[in-house]
Amino acid sequence: MKTCLVVDDSSVVRKIARRIIEEMNFHVIEAEDGEKALEVCKRAMPEAVLLDWNMPVMDGYEFLGNLRRMPGGDVPRVVFCTTENGTDHISRALSAGANEYIMKPFDKDIVAAKFQEVGLVEAALPETI
Amino acid sequence: MTPPDYEYLRKLLKDHSGLDLSADKQYLIESRLLPLARKAGLPGIVELVQKMKTGPSNLIAQVVEAMTTNETFFFRDKIPFDHFREKIMPELLQARANRKSIRIWCAAGSTGQEPYSLAMCLKEMSGALNGWRIEILATDLSQEVLEKSKSGIYSQFEVQRGLPIQLLVKYFKQTGELWQVSADIRAMVQHRQLNLLHDFSQLGTFDVIFCRNVLIYFDQETKTNIFGRLGRMIEADGFLVLGAAETVVGLTEAFKPVPDRRGLYRPGDVRLAPAKPASVAAAAPRLAVASG
Repeated sequence: MKTCLVVDDSSVVRKIARRIIEEMNFHVIEAEDGEKALEVCKRAMPEAVLLDWNMPVMDGYEFLGNLRRMPGGDVPRVVFCTTENGTDHISRALSAGANEYIMKPFDKDIVAAKFQEVGLVEAALPETI
Repeated sequence: MTPPDYEYLRKLLKDHSGLDLSADKQYLIESRLLPLARKAGLPGIVELVQKMKTGPSNLIAQVVEAMTTNETFFFRDKIPFDHFREKIMPELLQARANRKSIRIWCAAGSTGQEPYSLAMCLKEMSGALNGWRIEILATDLSQEVLEKSKSGIYSQFEVQRGLPIQLLVKYFKQTGELWQVSADIRAMVQHRQLNLLHDFSQLGTFDVIFCRNVLIYFDQETKTNIFGRLGRMIEADGFLVLGAAETVVGLTEAFKPVPDRRGLYRPGDVRLAPAKPASVAAAAPRLAVASG
């Protein structure tokens, strides 16, 4: 089973994300800031990271830079998930090595779509009417 | 709603749009028509049906529109766009090298995500298409969704389903919470209102026809009729793309599946005689105008 690290300073957001991502058959680990997230990654690299931007101690952007510099740090698919919805933020995130970007608010369809984009899940077969 | 109400709506929808609801789709009617009823100041479906029988005909038009509007999103189902990139366009670039023009028809263009997704695919091919004229025609029964498609304006939710972030940044302009497809992408798509039940032969011949997830609403006879008429408007070496859960098998000889390419079809070996549109109940008032 793949592991997804959910990084967000809001416990409410982490809980919602956990529910959505567990339903997609991932094992979920939570971290409330970039520094704690790095510690998780040092122990074992997750396959996926759902990453908030604005957090105390270490924000998402700084975490991402640090992650990609770690050995094996290029492996996790990193999907930003943030209220920052400006194109300048998006471009900076992509330049820093993010694989995808979700603008909050999000729902399970968006998370599923973005996880498909980055190859974390297979596309589901479309339903018939 | 009462069974007679449901039957009234089923028959009305069948007559006006070909939409063929099975016996158990009350939930679909409720979810689509309750908001419309409330907007009209009516408490529910029963009152809505009453008003439809006695009131203004534009209410009927609104009901048909509400029921025929489909949800769609960018690069829906992914695979058809892989076909487009990997097979359809490479083959046509060869086959049309003298003509240097390609005509594409999105026959259920809806709110525009499908034609604009194709336009983005084409833009991503950039250099290969220098000097080429690629026409994308998007048609739909609903004037309302056509207007939305023409505007190319989508919500933050809509641009996050199916659209890779790199394409969002590249081809959209952001205004507040809304995103608009760039002007040059919009310019690649023409829009026209069209009812597939009516004659559409005046549109000409196409190299590629996308007709996804709209025929599923029609009965067998209507599907066969439409396939026959589509078969008259497609180049012999052209392509038809259907929704993943659809098929031509058992319905028509006008098209045959492409092996190993789900949803992709090519004209059959036998070219059918000209087919007339299937007869729609004479008593029903005409709604959509098939524009020429």
